[in-house]
Amino acid sequence: MDFGLSEEQELLQETLRGFLSKECPASRSREIFDAGAGHDAALWSGLAEMGFVGLNIPAEYGGAGMEVLDLALVCEILGESGAPVPFFGHVMASLALIQGGSEEQKSLWLPSLAAGEKIASIALCEAEGEWVPEQWQCGVAGDRVSGSKSFVPNADVADLLVVGVAGGGLVLVETGAEGVNVENLDGIDRSRPVFRVEFDEAPSSPLETGGDVARAVSDAGLAMLAADAFGAASHLIDLAVEYAKTREQFGQKIAQFQAVKHQIARLALDIEPSRALYWYGAYAVEHLPEDGPRAAALAKSHITDRALSAARAVVELHGGLGFTWECDVQMGFKRLMFDRGFLGTPAALRDRCAVLAGW
Amino acid sequence: MDLEYTEQYQVYREEVRRFLKGWPLTGEEADRPGAAGSFRKRGIEAGFVCRNVPTEYGGAGQEPDALKDAIVRQEFYAARAPGDLTSQGAGLLVPTLLEFGTEAQKKRFIPKALADEERWCQGYSEPGSGSDLASLQCRATLDGDDYVLSGQKIWTSNAREADWMFGLFRTDPSASKHAGISYLLVDMKTPGVEVRPLKEMTGGMEFNEIFFNDARVPAENLVGKPGEGWAVSRATLVHERNLIANPNMMRDTFNDLLDLARRVEINGRPALEDRALRQRLVEIEGYVRTGETSSMLQFTAGVRGEPLKAMRPMMMGKLYSTDTMQRIQKCAYDLLGAEGMLAPASEDVAGWGRKVTATGWVEAYIFSMGPSIAGGASNIQLNIIGERGYGLPRDMRPPSS
Repeated sequence: MDFGLSEEQELLQETLRGFLSKECPASRSREIFDAGAGHDAALWSGLAEMGFVGLNIPAEYGGAGMEVLDLALVCEILGESGAPVPFFGHVMASLALIQGGSEEQKSLWLPSLAAGEKIASIALCEAEGEWVPEQWQCGVAGDRVSGSKSFVPNADVADLLVVGVAGGGLVLVETGAEGVNVENLDGIDRSRPVFRVEFDEAPSSPLETGGDVARAVSDAGLAMLAADAFGAASHLIDLAVEYAKTREQFGQKIAQFQAVKHQIARLALDIEPSRALYWYGAYAVEHLPEDGPRAAALAKSHITDRALSAARAVVELHGGLGFTWECDVQMGFKRLMFDRGFLGTPAALRDRCAVLAGW
Repeated sequence: MDLEYTEQYQVYREEVRRFLKGWPLTGEEADRPGAAGSFRKRGIEAGFVCRNVPTEYGGAGQEPDALKDAIVRQEFYAARAPGDLTSQGAGLLVPTLLEFGTEAQKKRFIPKALADEERWCQGYSEPGSGSDLASLQCRATLDGDDYVLSGQKIWTSNAREADWMFGLFRTDPSASKHAGISYLLVDMKTPGVEVRPLKEMTGGMEFNEIFFNDARVPAENLVGKPGEGWAVSRATLVHERNLIANPNMMRDTFNDLLDLARRVEINGRPALEDRALRQRLVEIEGYVRTGETSSMLQFTAGVRGEPLKAMRPMMMGKLYSTDTMQRIQKCAYDLLGAEGMLAPASEDVAGWGRKVTATGWVEAYIFSMGPSIAGGASNIQLNIIGERGYGLPRDMRPPSS
């Protein structure tokens, strides 16, 4: 019984944090953010060289064969720095391939995904929020898929999409193929832009799966988003602490005012203990099948909800500056808006938690 | 991360379960007074209760093993069997004496506290010294081999039932405020010690005030050195906050809330089917689950000997638990409707018990404010989190401190 990280896992986080502080300081995130580019190719190559983008891919395909918890630990650090890389969609897609791909599909794709030479993403949502396999309408006729998916992260740079289809199955579609049209949705989080993808009899290759793989991949995604939100919120609290210790009013640092100190302490209280909640969710989706889906949904709903509330207070704590485009707070804030919405809002996930508990 | 127990510990868990088949007691034994105490005694002999207290002080004297501690706690709790006491004596005084007491003090006081043969109360707060505890004025003046006590303590839980008090007294008024305080053990039967009950807003009478009129306490009852009382009391306080931050209590009370939501109705249907309530329940459970998993994280950090890695969640534990309990109680109170106007009945004893009746929930709703005051008020907890957890500046203090 050990509820803690291994030395390797701690090292994984430290290494990534160190790398991002050099290669992706706030100024670099902002360049990408302001340009609306949504993807830092150099940063992605760096992450690939260090083995992060194939972290969960089995060693036989060139990856590191690690677990969902390890992915979540990476997401926490990416959330802290607001790194503009297509990591989330990429590992979601590779999880689907690992769980549902044929040997041929895996051999074809996983090595280049592990090396980061090809980028993958995941297309689940339909219309304005139909994330659940039972809701999907995209139709497959023969080896062709038709329909529309929304909120597909980084589809503009993706080579491969894992697409949820009617009946809850998943198919592979190459974005370069005929009949695939990608349209930018102008998402609020410019570190992970989202796209609508239309399929008009696009060539596809089915994964050997029913809805259970789509569900399992979504559950892992919930844990990763909870981790990302935890990281982003922790970073925002650090910004608030830093600002309160330097900003002066009435002749003293504003952190000296108990109202400010207590406000920050309350934010920390709302966020810091939930590190354990996302660890548990990420561990449970892999190791505790009876509790995993609910634990991941609970973690994602709780942390993203608390994190966005905290982010609003962090804006307030920065005064007029906090409300500006120029202030870095907005980048973390908007990162959280993605984390909250993707794979279902807190309200939708709480409904699911209630059902899963048998209430 | 591995939430399985290794075989060694699974075997140990089976041993504990076999022992617990003896509880609840049956027949003649169950009817005898002090049945819980005699079962606890059996638990000590079997090595499961008071595991970490040496045998010469009445404990089981087992090798320290936090995982075994946890298994025992879980199994005794599940069986609702009498295990380690969480009283002021066993829960607070004993660990303090083990750390700071003399050999004679340990031998004299620990066995009886563990056996619940002597009850203890805590003499810290004074009318003028609440959050600013170190400003306390209650005097202890050395006169020959005795300290002579004069002054007043207040908010003392269970003082009327207590045989002894551990408390803080000012022994050196000329020293700076933290340095002039000493930790003394006071026999409540000492002439010059007077206890008067206070009535709480729940209607209960757990609180008391205590007056000292030249009460003489032998100097050998000093714990630690003169002027070390503040440091000694900090150790006790950590134990007290750990007692308050109990994730089992959060989960049990949350389960009680679910039962309530099954019983009461909204629009003619069980409240648990109401979407707004279900949303609120899951939201509250997010806090409960966070409390549970965070305490697992803190536990592992302790087992690994790396408590500093869990410093922030540790200093948050008490406030997190207090707030979570209040969320549960407020939700339950909202489900009560007109019964929420009723006064707690006399059997709705102080808030820690499990809640079944409407008036029990009323009592719990009121009682849940207590932990945000006791053991370091929530505003003080926020100071600790901000200052020690996040390096924010300390409150302005007068230059003398």
